[in-house]
Amino acid sequence: MTTRIQETRGDRIFLFANYLYLTLAFLIVAYPVVYMLSASISNPHYVGSGEMWLWPKGITFEGYQRVFENSKIWSGYANTILYTLVGTAISLAVTLPAAYALSRRDLVGRNLFMGMFMVTMFFGGGLVPTYLLVKDLGMINTIWALVLPGAASIYNIIVTRTFFMSAIPRELEEAAQMDGASTTRLFLTIILPLSLPIIAVMALFYGVGQWNSYFSALIYLNDEAKYPLQIILRQILVLQEMSAQTGGTVDASTASALNNKAEVAALVKYSVIIVSTLPVIVVYPFLQRYFVQGVLIGSVKG
Amino acid sequence: MAIVRNWELYLFIAPAFLYFLIFCYFPMYGIQIAFKNFNPSEGFAGSPWVGFDHFTRFFHSYYFWDLIWNTLSISLYELAVGFPVPIILALAFNEVRTGFFKKMVQTVTYAPHFISVVVMAGMIITFLSPTTGIITHMLEWIGLNPPDFLTDPRWFKTMYVLSGVWQGAGWGTIIYLAALSGVDPGLHEAAIIDGASRFQRMRHINIPAIVPTMTILLILNMGSLLGVGFEKILLLQNPLNMEASNVISTFVYQSGLVDAQYSFSTAVGLFNSVINATLLVVVNQIVRRTSENSLW
Repeated sequence: MTTRIQETRGDRIFLFANYLYLTLAFLIVAYPVVYMLSASISNPHYVGSGEMWLWPKGITFEGYQRVFENSKIWSGYANTILYTLVGTAISLAVTLPAAYALSRRDLVGRNLFMGMFMVTMFFGGGLVPTYLLVKDLGMINTIWALVLPGAASIYNIIVTRTFFMSAIPRELEEAAQMDGASTTRLFLTIILPLSLPIIAVMALFYGVGQWNSYFSALIYLNDEAKYPLQIILRQILVLQEMSAQTGGTVDASTASALNNKAEVAALVKYSVIIVSTLPVIVVYPFLQRYFVQGVLIGSVKG
Repeated sequence: MAIVRNWELYLFIAPAFLYFLIFCYFPMYGIQIAFKNFNPSEGFAGSPWVGFDHFTRFFHSYYFWDLIWNTLSISLYELAVGFPVPIILALAFNEVRTGFFKKMVQTVTYAPHFISVVVMAGMIITFLSPTTGIITHMLEWIGLNPPDFLTDPRWFKTMYVLSGVWQGAGWGTIIYLAALSGVDPGLHEAAIIDGASRFQRMRHINIPAIVPTMTILLILNMGSLLGVGFEKILLLQNPLNMEASNVISTFVYQSGLVDAQYSFSTAVGLFNSVINATLLVVVNQIVRRTSENSLW
């Protein structure tokens, strides 16, 4: 019996409105992204005047050329890759074993641990005491200030724990224990290989967090050579350090040169946005099905 | 004994335990400097007590009410606009069968969640630029006179909230879609047989199904009412929009780390956390009395 019930007129109107709404949402989100891509390869004059509003006009790659010539962007990129790799590895090394331990019902005191960890979701020491601690630990101007203070999140631990509890059959663990496998062996050879989806999700969450973070670098780093990409971006995009500064009176030719410089600066901004976001955008579609799955598992109360 | 038999599990949890102890609980111990005059050479414990001096100074400062008002109004504005959008979006997604259209819209609307806050601020600044910004041009095309979004204090909050909705609405649907996927298809079948329209089914089956999730998220949001996400505000702040953009968290950063008033800034931060924690407890209590859903 596969007879579909006929949609009534009211239902068709409802569905039509629904599709219209979703299409609108799609356009609102997609437009700025398409615009930035187009702006990054368009003649900055057309961008600045508003003549380029959707597809590229007067194609030029000067913006990208300037971005790639900028040594600060390269060093920022290298630093960010290092911080992201080290930070994600540390976060996973803390999160996965802890989540596994907390998933085991035979862990004596697990409610105590959970309680202690959960408190941090709602209350913390705040900015200054944390800063002073990092300073006292001698981590200022080191990679550790960026990767350790935010190494684990209780939310991620809970999501991972829920995964271990719901996706790994208990019998499997018992069988392995019968065969004399130690907990460490069980975790490394049986649990982890079965948990690739949640490992991917956690790597993505922690990785993107590290890739995108700027605030710890802003407060803990003062050596320019160690700046991550986001701090360099902040200088270019927000503090406008690459744009022209007009001051006082200027003659016509200087004014046009400055104007031109300002347009190029805007072009560089669009290019740098694309270049810095590209890695995340490239990785994202491959991991999408995992993270939706991961969030779904995590949101089911464990 | 289970403790002895499971010694390895304690080794597993040890890194996380140490992490929370050092990086979360030790700073909480450091809060005491809010009641002291912190002197770096004497440390957290050794500095002299001054009682509530820093709090009184903050309460009596001329910017106190401005800070409270900005923080609260941005949070409530964000809640009023940002909270319903993912719900409506999720309900709409739920009406579309899995297929290319649904997948494409979802993939695209989730994506801005992964854009960094610095890039987001950069986008806002370039799009709204009074001379070259595309939004400025668009408003001119339709014959409107674009305001100075970035320097006019009246526009700061709207700009902040709408950009946040743009970035977060798609991602916010995931949790509601999870709740909707748990709806028993039998309910819908029965309703169809009874002649319920799609709209009626959404109204009487789907919306009640996500109310528990909404409640939990609402409680969590109330708990961070004064903790308005300051990374973006800090980036968009300038002397001209300060009147509307100065919030408690950016003030804590400014007074604490930029001006090095450690004790005073900690007191302001503590005031903020205490109100947040109180709000969380109170709202949770109210919700627990009136419905079956609560955080604890």
